[in-house]
Amino acid sequence: MLVITCPYCGVAAEETELHGGGEAHLKRFGPDSSDDDFTGYLFHRENPKGVHFERWRHVNGCGKWFHAARCTNTLEVFGTYKAQTTEPPKDILDTIRAKRPGFKWRDIA
Amino acid sequence: MKRYSAFAVAREALRYHTGWERAWRKPEPKKNYDVIIVGAGGHGLATAYYLGKNFGITNVAVIEKGWLGGGNTGRNTTIIRSNYLQDPSAAIYEKARSLYETLSQDLNYNVMFSPRGVMMLAQTEHEIRGYRRTAHANSLQGVETQFIGPARVKELCPIIELNGPRYPVLGALWQPRGGTARHDAVAWGYARACSDMGMDIIQQCEVTAIRQEGGRVKGVTTTKGEIDCDKLGIVVAGHSGVLAEMAGFRLPIESVALQALVSEPIKPCMDVVVMANTVHGYMSQSDKGEMVIGGGADGYNNYTQRGSFHHVEETVRALIETFPMISRLKMLRWWGGIVDMTGDRSPILSKTPLDGCFINCGWGTGGFKAIPGSGWGMAELIAKGYSPLTAEFGLNRFREGRFIDESVAAGVAH
Repeated sequence: MLVITCPYCGVAAEETELHGGGEAHLKRFGPDSSDDDFTGYLFHRENPKGVHFERWRHVNGCGKWFHAARCTNTLEVFGTYKAQTTEPPKDILDTIRAKRPGFKWRDIA
Repeated sequence: MKRYSAFAVAREALRYHTGWERAWRKPEPKKNYDVIIVGAGGHGLATAYYLGKNFGITNVAVIEKGWLGGGNTGRNTTIIRSNYLQDPSAAIYEKARSLYETLSQDLNYNVMFSPRGVMMLAQTEHEIRGYRRTAHANSLQGVETQFIGPARVKELCPIIELNGPRYPVLGALWQPRGGTARHDAVAWGYARACSDMGMDIIQQCEVTAIRQEGGRVKGVTTTKGEIDCDKLGIVVAGHSGVLAEMAGFRLPIESVALQALVSEPIKPCMDVVVMANTVHGYMSQSDKGEMVIGGGADGYNNYTQRGSFHHVEETVRALIETFPMISRLKMLRWWGGIVDMTGDRSPILSKTPLDGCFINCGWGTGGFKAIPGSGWGMAELIAKGYSPLTAEFGLNRFREGRFIDESVAAGVAH
């Protein structure tokens, strides 16, 4: 079972306590944007076999939204961080770079 | 290729079964093909088969990373039905279902199609209204379904408990010509027929790059070298995103794990397929006697081809309410597959931004039932550039807002 530590309340939560919220750090495009941008925002998602950044909600716990860095191929969790950011923090990226040299996610490498 | 027949069985019985041929050849790749299909699952092999059968294109290679039919074709719960709400879905799934009716004769390979009937239980007022609507839509689409009451449900499936603790059975959407087929045999039958037409099925050959020249596909680079082609079909389900990235375009798809399990074999007790979508579980009995059980997909991106135990618990808990007699059965096997989910829960059969490259993906939790229809439409799309079966399933529908919204209509546990 997937165990992810909530960065707010510190509980190591099992996946039954959590709810996945999909891809993290989406750049939002509104009605005035181009069709391509709007389609991309609504439907196109990163779908890596490997390192992925996601939103999760500690739904049966403190209720807070947060971010997690996780490998979709091994289910290894590299770390979690708070929701109020538009990019992964450096310490998480350093952890991933050490464990998965050469990883790439959007423009992050 | 020698035909399979009762006579052949008798002949081989008299000579110690020494005369059986290999079902398909094991060729090395040529330098060049008219069409390369990536992915030797049901959909890929069916696409190749109908390219040859309907359009006479037989200079075809089907390239497979693992082994033939080893992905979702070999991992599903083998249910075949076409009781969809939207017209384009009903058309392609009903095409598939009707092709399944004669597939064994067509392929000269017993795919054990068993039109035993599929019943989708209505366990809430909302579901009753939804399924009545689907039944009306189906009668307009020429798909034979009907809404039946609880007494008829009990008659068709005596082991059902109509008055379960949470959700009583209030009726069901019944498709009498739905059923099951032997999933591996579908892949094997298509593979044998393709090989017989001179197509090359190349297993354990991974595509590592897609080569292009001037905006047009030129070929693929594989672990067995470079292979050129005129047209390329990507039919790889859960790994579609990986291939699309090689071809240089993005897909509105996320890959998640869907799991299934079977019980120990027991005597025949259920000769229909029952889907209970409110509580997330569906069940049928295989010819071996195992109860084949499926449930919901995991709620996060996953490529591990295994599921999480709590989903099994949820599914089994739900089914025990509906079928109390299975509560003492032991679980025999449990496995997962990677399904490719689109935003509107309908598949993508489409041209791509790369000229000469076509994609067939996004079947999500319901691809097996569609294999013959999907192959039929995809072959026409590749051969002629247009197919009425696939026209509505283009990639552009997301940009243009023409969704084929089946996330509710399909009624399966998404």
